[in-house]
Amino acid sequence: MISLLVNGARRTFNGDPTMPLLWFLRDELALTGTKYGCGISECGACTVHVDGKPARACQMNMAKLDGRTVVTIEGLHPTGEHPAQIAWRELDVPQCGFCQSGQIMEAAALLKTTPKPTDHDIDDAMTGHICRCGTYPRIRAAIKAAAGKAP
Amino acid sequence: MINNPATPKEPADLDRRRFLQHLGAGALVIVAGSAGIRRLDAAERFTTMWAEPWSPVAYVTLHADGMVTIVCHRSEMGQGIRTTMPMIIADEMEADWSKCRVEQADGNDKKYGSQNTDGSSSVRDFLVKYREAGATMRALLEDAAAKQWGVNPGSVRARQHEVIHEATGRSATFASLVATARTLPMPAKKRLRFKSVAERRWQGKKMPSIDLVPMTTGAAVYGADVILPGMKTAVIARPPVWGGKVVSVDDSVALKIPGVERVVQIPPAPMPGGFQPLGGVAVIASNTWAAIRGRDALKITWDDGPNASYDSTEYKASLQSTVRSACKPGRTQGNVEKGLASASRKVSAEYFIPHLSHAQMEPVVAVARVVDGAVEAWAPTQSPQDARNTIASFLKINVAKVTVHVTLLGGGFGRKSKPDFICEAAFLSRAIGAPVRVQWTREDDIRYSYYHSVAAHRLEAGMDAHGKVVAWRHRSAYPAIGATFAPNVAGADPDELTNGASDIPFAIPNMSVEIGPAKAHARIGWYRSVHAIHHGFAIGSFVDELAHTSGKDPVAFLLDLIGPDRKADLSKEGLVKPAGNYGATWKDYPMDSARAKGVVRLAAEHAGWGTALPRGRGRGIAIHRSFLSYVAMVVEVDVQDDGTVLVPRATVAVDAGFVANPDRARSQMEGALIMAMSNTLYSQVTFAKGRVGQSNYADYEVARMQAAPHVVDVHIVESEGLPGGIGEPGVPPAGAAIANAIFAATGVRVRDLPVGKQLAGWRGRTA
Repeated sequence: MISLLVNGARRTFNGDPTMPLLWFLRDELALTGTKYGCGISECGACTVHVDGKPARACQMNMAKLDGRTVVTIEGLHPTGEHPAQIAWRELDVPQCGFCQSGQIMEAAALLKTTPKPTDHDIDDAMTGHICRCGTYPRIRAAIKAAAGKAP
Repeated sequence: MINNPATPKEPADLDRRRFLQHLGAGALVIVAGSAGIRRLDAAERFTTMWAEPWSPVAYVTLHADGMVTIVCHRSEMGQGIRTTMPMIIADEMEADWSKCRVEQADGNDKKYGSQNTDGSSSVRDFLVKYREAGATMRALLEDAAAKQWGVNPGSVRARQHEVIHEATGRSATFASLVATARTLPMPAKKRLRFKSVAERRWQGKKMPSIDLVPMTTGAAVYGADVILPGMKTAVIARPPVWGGKVVSVDDSVALKIPGVERVVQIPPAPMPGGFQPLGGVAVIASNTWAAIRGRDALKITWDDGPNASYDSTEYKASLQSTVRSACKPGRTQGNVEKGLASASRKVSAEYFIPHLSHAQMEPVVAVARVVDGAVEAWAPTQSPQDARNTIASFLKINVAKVTVHVTLLGGGFGRKSKPDFICEAAFLSRAIGAPVRVQWTREDDIRYSYYHSVAAHRLEAGMDAHGKVVAWRHRSAYPAIGATFAPNVAGADPDELTNGASDIPFAIPNMSVEIGPAKAHARIGWYRSVHAIHHGFAIGSFVDELAHTSGKDPVAFLLDLIGPDRKADLSKEGLVKPAGNYGATWKDYPMDSARAKGVVRLAAEHAGWGTALPRGRGRGIAIHRSFLSYVAMVVEVDVQDDGTVLVPRATVAVDAGFVANPDRARSQMEGALIMAMSNTLYSQVTFAKGRVGQSNYADYEVARMQAAPHVVDVHIVESEGLPGGIGEPGVPPAGAAIANAIFAATGVRVRDLPVGKQLAGWRGRTA
C-alpha cells in the first residue's frame, strides 16, 4: 500500500506500482489540472511539486511516492491566488491554456528558490515546458511581474 | 462576466440544469440567422426554430432574473473567441458584462450556422450577425420600456442592463422588461442601429479572457478532463502506414496486464478515409496507464497496403523534378516567357518545406457514451457538426442520434477539425456498452496525424535594367488535402494557390503561377495557415533574394514590388476559376496594395529597420496577405556560433480591418511568430517505408522558451473596414522573415526547411 499526501489530503494506492503519478492524479483522484502532453518529460505539462520541488508527474512511478508530499495546480494556493496565478491573469498569458498548469507550477517553484529571477534564470527553468500557442513572451513577463511577491 | 466551464465534470447533470434554465419560465431567446433575427419563445424553440430554413443561430438568452446567457458557437482553442464573440454581443446590447455568462454550443444541424472553427473565420464571417443579435436585444428592451411608460421608443435608451427615460429620469432593469418584451414584435432590421465607435464599451478594446481563472487553477475542462461514471479508457494501435490493415493480433500478453479488460478491433474506413478513423486494435482498460501498457504489449501483424514504400527523400526529389517543368496554370497574366526573355537579369531559386504535424499540446482525445443506439460525445473538436456527421456515417446511424459537446481545446491548429478520434470513442463505447475515453498518446498524435503538405517550389523572376520585376514564374507541387477525401486525386487544385501564392499583392506585368501533380501517400490536412505556410516562406524568401540581387534595400524593394495604390479584383487578373478569395467576394475584399504597403512601412518603422547590427545578428522582413488580412513582420535573429538561432525581438504590423479584441489579436501574432519558428527552424515529419520517423517532442522539435522572443511589438492598424482573419495570417510572413534575417545575420540562405543544424559552422563559411 502506497500512502502519500496530495494537496494536503492523505491518499492511498495499491494498484500497479509502475503507474506514473500523472495517471494516479488524473484517473484515480480526478485532479485533471495536471495535464498529459508527452509522457517522456519533454513538455512539462504534467509538472507538480513533490516534496516542494518541481517534478514531471509522467516520470514518477507510484512505487517511489510512498510517504511523499505532492502539490498539484489545484493545491498551489487555497484560493487560486498565488502571485504567479495572479500575474498570469493580469497579463492574459494563456491562449488555449492547456500547458499553463505545468508552466505555473514550474514558475512557482522557481520563484520560491529565486525570488527575483533574471531572464537567464527564467529561460533555464522554463525551457523544459512547451507551449504550442506561443505564450513564452508573456510567461516571461508574468514571472517577472510575480517576482518578489509572497505567495 | 461569470464563466461557466465549457463542459462540466459531470456533464449529464449540468446539461440537464442548463436545459431547464433554457426552458425556464420567462426566458427570452433570440435567434439570428441569414433570414434575419426573430424572437422565439422558449415554448416554440423546438418547432419554429427547427423549421427555419436558414439555419438560424441562437446566441442570446435573457433570463427573468436579468442574467444573460450568450451561446458561443465557435470552438475555443486559444484564439479567445469565447470572450470576443460575447463581448461584441453584450456591447451592442448594453448588457452589464458582470451579468453575462457564456455557454458553449453543442454541435447542431442548423441552429448555429457553421460551427467549423477554421479558416480564421469567426469574426470575419459573424461580426455583423453578432452585432445584429445584440442590437436587436437592445431595441427590443427599449421598446418594452417605452411601452411600459407609454413614451416614444426614441426617447429611451439602454445603458448597462437598464433602460432609461432621459426626460423623466425613470429607469427599468432589463429583468423587469422581459415580460413586456416577450409580447412585442421583433424590431425590423432597418430599425437596428449598431453602436458608433464612440459608443462602444468593449469592441476594439482590451478585455480579459473569460477563462483565465479556470485556466490558471486547473479547473478548465479539456477533452481528457471529462469523466463519466463507469468510463473506460482505450488506447489504440493503428496501422503504421496510411491505408494499412490488421492481418492478425496476439493479445494474450496485453490481456494479462492488470486493469486491461478488453481488446476490440476497429475496422478501417475505406481509403482514403477522410474524417473517419484509421482502424486498428483498441485496448480497453480501467485506467490510462493499463491501456497504454496493454497497447504496447499487443503483437500485431499488419498489411501495410498501398503506401508501404513512401519515402520522404525520394518524394522530395520527385516534387523538385516536377517543379522544373511546366505545370498546371493557377494564374496567368501577360506573357511570362516573353517577360523572362526580355529581362536584363534573371534569378531563380528552389525552396522545400517538409510535412509538419500540429503537435498541439493536448493530444487528440474524446469521450463517448452510447446508450440505446444514441451517441453522446465530449471532445475538443473544432467542428462539432463534422463530428456528428462522421460519427453517424461511421456507425451507420441517423445523425439525429448523435450529440457532440465541445470542450475547451488544448490547441487545435486544424488537427481538431478532423473527428476521426471522436468516431473511435463512439465505436468503442457501442462495442463494449460503457462510456469510453480514447486517449491518443503523443506518439500516436505525431504518427497518425493529418499532415501539413510537404511542398517544393521553384521561382523565377526577370528584372529590367532598373531592378524592377517584370516577369514572375512560380511553380509548386504538393500533395492535396483533397486526396484525404477522394480517391485518385492527382495533386493540389490550382485554386489552392489562392491561399497566398497566386493572389500575391505584387504589381508584376507577366506572371505565371502553376501547380504540379503530387500524389498523396499520407493523410494530408489543414494546419494553421495551410498552404500559406509554404507559399509564404518561398515567396517571402525569393523576394528578399531579388532585393539582394538587385542591390536594393529589402523594404524599398518590397514597396516597389507592391507598386502603386490599387484595389484589384484578381479574378480579372488571370486567376483561374473559381478564383477563390477565402470564401469572400473580391468586391468586399479586393487585393489592396495600399494596405500591403502600409503594414510594410509600419513594421519597418517600428523595427528600427536600417540600423546597424553586428555580424551574427540580422533583421528580415516579409509581408503576406492571407485570410483577407495583411501582415508584415520584421524578425531579428541572433545566430549563435554553433548555428542555434535565437529570436530576440520581432515587430509585427497587421491590417485585419476591424479588430474586435486587440489583445487577443496581439497574442495571436505572438503565437504565430513562435509557431513559425517551429515550422522554420525545427520541425519536420519524414516517412520511410511508409512510416513516420518521428514520435514525440524529442524528435519532433518545436520552439522553446530559450529561443523565444523577448519582445514582440505588435501594431494593429486601426480600421473600421470589413474584418479579416487573425488566427492564421501571422504565420506566413514569419517563416520568410526568419529566413531573411538569418541571411542578413550570416550570409547563409536557407532554402530547405527546417533550418535545423544547417547553420553549424556558419562563421567559417561566409565572410
